[in-house]
Amino acid sequence: MSLYATTSHTVGPYYHIGLTWLNREDLTVAATLGERVAISGQVVDGNGDVVNDAMLEVWQANAAGKYDHPEDEQDKALDPNFEGFGRVPVDAQGRFRFTTIKPGSVPGLQGTTQAPHLVVLVFARGLVKHLLTRIYFDGEALNGDDPLLACVPAQRRGTLIARQDAAGVYQWDVVLQGTDRETVFFDY
Amino acid sequence: MNDKPGYRRPHAGTQPDYLHPAYQSTNLRSPSQPLVFLPHSLSEITGPTIGAERVSETDNDLTAQHEGEPQGERIIIHGRVLDENGLPVPGILVEIWQANAAGRYNHERDLHDAPLDPNFTGTGRTVTDAEGWYQFQTIKPGAYPWGNHHNAWRPAHIHFSLFGPSVLTRLVTQMYFPGDPLLEYDPIYNCVPDTSAKQRLIASFDLEKTIPSYALGYRWDIVLRGRDATPMEK
Repeated sequence: MSLYATTSHTVGPYYHIGLTWLNREDLTVAATLGERVAISGQVVDGNGDVVNDAMLEVWQANAAGKYDHPEDEQDKALDPNFEGFGRVPVDAQGRFRFTTIKPGSVPGLQGTTQAPHLVVLVFARGLVKHLLTRIYFDGEALNGDDPLLACVPAQRRGTLIARQDAAGVYQWDVVLQGTDRETVFFDY
Repeated sequence: MNDKPGYRRPHAGTQPDYLHPAYQSTNLRSPSQPLVFLPHSLSEITGPTIGAERVSETDNDLTAQHEGEPQGERIIIHGRVLDENGLPVPGILVEIWQANAAGRYNHERDLHDAPLDPNFTGTGRTVTDAEGWYQFQTIKPGAYPWGNHHNAWRPAHIHFSLFGPSVLTRLVTQMYFPGDPLLEYDPIYNCVPDTSAKQRLIASFDLEKTIPSYALGYRWDIVLRGRDATPMEK
C-alpha cells in the first residue's frame, strides 16, 4: 500500500492556545550532563520586521552525542535527565531565549562525523510548511569537516553558526527572507 | 555500518511551496534563497517521543473542560494515523486547537466581533492507540473573517499538530468539514495544486460514529511521511 503524506498547513496566528503547554525555556534539569549554553535571537521577516508570532522546536543529542530515540543504536550512554526536545516561544519583539547543553557530535552518512548541532523547526503564520534549519556553534573544530555545512554555499554558512558573545552565551537569529542575511533552510 | 533509510520525499503537488502569493502572509515570510537539500542523517530520522505520560485520558474531550457545556453542535472526530507505507503510527501525540461555535478563538489577538464562550477553550490532545487511532469530542467551529483580502472568510477548520516517529514526520495541518462553500475561496486550503491532496483535508461524515441524540461523527485519517524502502547506500 502506498499513500501520500497529508498536506501541511500553517499553524496560523492562534496556535498558542493549543501548543504552549509544551513550551520550555530550559531543556535541562540540575542533573543533566554537559556544558550549559544559552542561545538567544530574534525572528525577522523579509522587511526586517520582527515576527512576534513564531515558534521554534529544537531537537538535539545529549552531551555524549546520543539521541534519546530507538533509531540511535550507538554504543553511547543515554542521559536520563535529558530528552533533547524543547518548544520555544518568541516574545512581542520576536525574541527567543533558551538554555540547553552543547550536544556531542553524532555520526553523519557514509562514515562521516557531524559537528555538534541542534535541529530547529520554525513555525509561524505565513509558513504553510514549517522550516527546518540547524544551529552549529562558533569555534567548534569539527565545523570544518561537517558534511552538511559543506553542502551550504560558503557565503551563507555563517547563518547556521551561533555567535559566541561570552562563555556559553550564543546569539543566533532567524531571518526568514532576504538577499544577504537569509538563514539557510533545508529541503527536508 | 550501512546508513539507515531516510524518508520519502513529497509527492509532486501534495505539499505547498513556501511562497503562495494568494495567502499574503507568505510574501515576506517565505525563503527567497534556494533551499539546501538535506540528506536524512541520524539527526533527522530521530525525533522527540512525547507520549501518553504527558496526556490525561480526558484531554481529548473539549466539551468537558469547564463547568458548563459549550455552545454549538457537538461532534466526534476520529480517524487513523498511518504512514505512507500504510502502517499505523501508534503512541504519538496529536494536539488540536480551534475556534468556538461562533468563530472566535480564545486568544488575545483574535479581535473578531463574535462572542467568546466561557465554557470553551478550544484545546485538546491525545495519543494514538496501538492501531494508530485517535478520537476527540468537541463542537463544530464557526467560520470567521480574516484580513487576507476583501470579504475573506476562513472555512470552518480544526488545527492538528502531530509528531510521529522522527523530526521528518512532524506535521501541522488543518482539517475541514464536507460541503463547506468557503473552501473554494480559501487561499490556505488551496495552497497546493493537487485536487486529491486538498480533498484529503476534508473529513467525511460518519454515521456509524454518530451517537444517537448526542453528537455527529466525522472520520479523518492522517498520513505521515514513510521510510524509503531502500537504504541510501548499496
